[in-house]
Amino acid sequence: MEIKKPAVAGTLESSDCMVTVEPGGNGVEFDLESAVIRQYGYQIRKVTMETLERLGVKNVKIRMVDKGALDCTIKARVECACYRANEYKGYLPWGGVIR
Amino acid sequence: MNNPNKKRLRRTMMFLNCQKPGLIKDPYIYQPDSIMLDLEDAVAEKEKDAARYSLYHALQEIDYRGVEKVVRINGLDTGLWREDIRCAVAGGCDSIRLPKTETPKDVEMVEQAIDSAEQEFGIPKGKILIIAALESAKGVLNAGAICSSSERLFGIALSGGDYTKDLQTTLSGTGVELMGARQHMIIAARAAGVQCFDTVHTNLDDMEGFRREVQIIHDMGFDGKSIINPRQIPIVHEIYTPKPKEIIFAEKVVREIDEKKAQGIGVFTVDGKMIDIAFYDGAKRTLALAKASGVYDGEL
Amino acid sequence: MINAVGREIPDEILKITGKEPFQGNFYKEGKIFTKAGPSIRPVMDNRHSKLLKSIREALEKCGAHDGMTVSFHHHFREGDLIVNMVMKEIHAMGLKDITICASSLGKAHDPLVPMIEDGTITNIESSGVRGKIGESISKGKLKGLAIMRSHGGRVRAITTGESKIDIAFIGSPTCDDYGNCRGIGGKADCGVLSYAIVDGNHANYCVAITDCLVPYPNLPAHISQTKIDYVVVVDEIGIPSKIATGAAKPTTDQRKLLMAQYCTDVVVNTPWFKDGFSYQTGVGGASIASTQYLAEIMRERNIKMGFGVGGLTKAMCKLLDDGMARVMLDVQDFDLDAVANLRNVNHHRITAGAYANPLNKGAFVNKLDYVVLASLEVDVHFNCNVVVGSDGMITGAQGGHPDTAQGAKCAIVICPLLQGRIPAICTDVTTVTTPGESIDVVVTDYGVAVNPARQDILEALKACGKVPLKTIEELRDIAYSIVGEPRKVEFGERVVGIIEARDGTIMDVVREAKEFKFED
Repeated sequence: MEIKKPAVAGTLESSDCMVTVEPGGNGVEFDLESAVIRQYGYQIRKVTMETLERLGVKNVKIRMVDKGALDCTIKARVECACYRANEYKGYLPWGGVIR
Repeated sequence: MNNPNKKRLRRTMMFLNCQKPGLIKDPYIYQPDSIMLDLEDAVAEKEKDAARYSLYHALQEIDYRGVEKVVRINGLDTGLWREDIRCAVAGGCDSIRLPKTETPKDVEMVEQAIDSAEQEFGIPKGKILIIAALESAKGVLNAGAICSSSERLFGIALSGGDYTKDLQTTLSGTGVELMGARQHMIIAARAAGVQCFDTVHTNLDDMEGFRREVQIIHDMGFDGKSIINPRQIPIVHEIYTPKPKEIIFAEKVVREIDEKKAQGIGVFTVDGKMIDIAFYDGAKRTLALAKASGVYDGEL
Repeated sequence: MINAVGREIPDEILKITGKEPFQGNFYKEGKIFTKAGPSIRPVMDNRHSKLLKSIREALEKCGAHDGMTVSFHHHFREGDLIVNMVMKEIHAMGLKDITICASSLGKAHDPLVPMIEDGTITNIESSGVRGKIGESISKGKLKGLAIMRSHGGRVRAITTGESKIDIAFIGSPTCDDYGNCRGIGGKADCGVLSYAIVDGNHANYCVAITDCLVPYPNLPAHISQTKIDYVVVVDEIGIPSKIATGAAKPTTDQRKLLMAQYCTDVVVNTPWFKDGFSYQTGVGGASIASTQYLAEIMRERNIKMGFGVGGLTKAMCKLLDDGMARVMLDVQDFDLDAVANLRNVNHHRITAGAYANPLNKGAFVNKLDYVVLASLEVDVHFNCNVVVGSDGMITGAQGGHPDTAQGAKCAIVICPLLQGRIPAICTDVTTVTTPGESIDVVVTDYGVAVNPARQDILEALKACGKVPLKTIEELRDIAYSIVGEPRKVEFGERVVGIIEARDGTIMDVVREAKEFKFED
């Protein structure tokens, strides 16, 4: 999936995270800010990378400001930001690359 | 298609905004009977897409511990509802709540969409149920037909805010403007053998008014109420919990009827009251409710 | 060396502090010691005036010097102006290597950070620290060690002479020109001066600072003229709105109400809930709600409280006014209603020492039936952490937590299972501040766990059938199943602080916080 334009998803409320994606030319550049980075930084990064990989996003600058989001929320926000950045409007592959 | 979940206990059906991760992560600790994950009114227009991703992963990954997962989709007058259904069905919801239902045709359209989603995502046909919300004079008038519009339909719910607007009045707090709709809907639901649910009470500062309203709809025969805050749960459950006197009486009725039936006796008395077979189902329901409320652990 | 709660206490730390590792709650039971006393400069001359013009003058008259220890109380809470006012003068005098011995420090004291960085302040002894000071200590800016000790532990450290105070600065809401201090009245009305009593008794010099000089004699004095060397009048000693706030509104958060209900169920179904029982609780939403639920049941069953104690709130004082408690024992007031309630003749002031000092001949906490506490983390050994945050920074205070938990027959900790993504119930707390042997019951929104050492409580709660019982391991497993198992917070090597047990042994150490970086 191509990141065509910058896009944002999520909020800064507790248990949420705000994800910003921008077109990138240098693989995945991941930047994370989180109050729980010491305990969950690696887990958050893993979930983000796996989600991007499923979506087939190869080049992206992705920045996440995390407020203690669970994995399911992290996936949802990353997917939402990517589909918005891709300007995709059709039926979504629930249970396919979204899972 | 005979889905046993059609008759499950639904005293409290709690709305939750799909777009708020903090709300949907563990509502089960408050022990509502059902949660209604909302894609409709609670979600801002520009976040409709975002809410679906949240919904899908929440349904997939959060263990709601036996609480029924209902998804309120966007109305049939939007371009959103079909994808809402795909997302909810793929995620593994139990039921779909259709807002602004006006005719049996509306329910049929939703049913078809569920049919094809069940097929697309490999879900056993007939697993997903429907609840229809009636929000207009037309919808309420058609309650009878709506109640028997689909095998999947487990109940109807009143949506008081929109309904009173349609009546060209407002919610007064006395319930007088909802009287006709409530009476009509519960009759229609019972005639069709489906459940019936009351509208939300939005003023959280008025817990006394809430309690009065729950008592009224309980006495009218409603199965439960849509709620908007976990604080409302204990009050509804308290009112729907059978009193010890009722439980003891129901137990006697069930035992006596079982016994007298064997002896071929049709009418007899329990505690001075005339009893016949017509009391049986009601007594059984009381005991089931008592069990669910944790106040009865007898064998009946 | 590994101590009794399984924490590694570096030998180096034992050596430089001369302290022993924690060896269990009753290690010092019955061990005789001699109290330390202050040096006194007598006043016999009837022409001597104690009134001085400025804090600077007081510092000079008291012989302020490099390396001295100055002390403060925290009755003005986040409205305190005294600490900054005094430290500013000390800084201006160019003094170095100062030890601050405070009953607690908060965000109000953020201005001390530059003085930590430039070596004016090199040691801190306090119940805890919040805000920027905590961050500064955790980042290794303090040259010496921060010692975190409980309210009872502070009194113990001062009376044994382990902490020697050179000059105590006592903010006093009202005071006369000869040093009779009262905690009540004036502009900075905080009700009581309980934490400062020990400073008055043991500091070499005592300076009363007031913004409300009253005619002599200001009686009954909470700290007597016989303890006070000098009196300084300033414009303002505290910000009233931040000292005693209006009573907290009853919570409407169903999660807190749920925990409050479980907590009340625990109290009323254990054997000590009978006429004359004693009780302490906190200021959190769940604590206050559970006090209200408790009051309903006390009414129903016609049970009255013998005594309530602690930092007091409107909810507790109402029990007294309604005739449902015989006496209230007051070490601190959290709201204006509690301050006003001191007019009730059965509302008694007690000193921090009487409240909680483990090495006196029996503190009030020893007579507690129930205490309801909060905690940042509780582990499967029931150890609690109330000081170090999930980011590795010092961010809280021990307060009376370890004192009341040890003293009470039934110590209940209330905490939501998850604080954001951080599981409050975990395998090992980041830092042990209260040992598991003191904690009897943990109440969460997901269920209630009883310390297996307390089979009596477990049996009582099983019998009542009302409490959703879980083992502490089950609670942890539920938490981990929702948020995933957290990685251990990594710290640097250097020890920046000590968590002192009530009796002066070392419960745990706090190491320097480390910036997080992905390692690949």
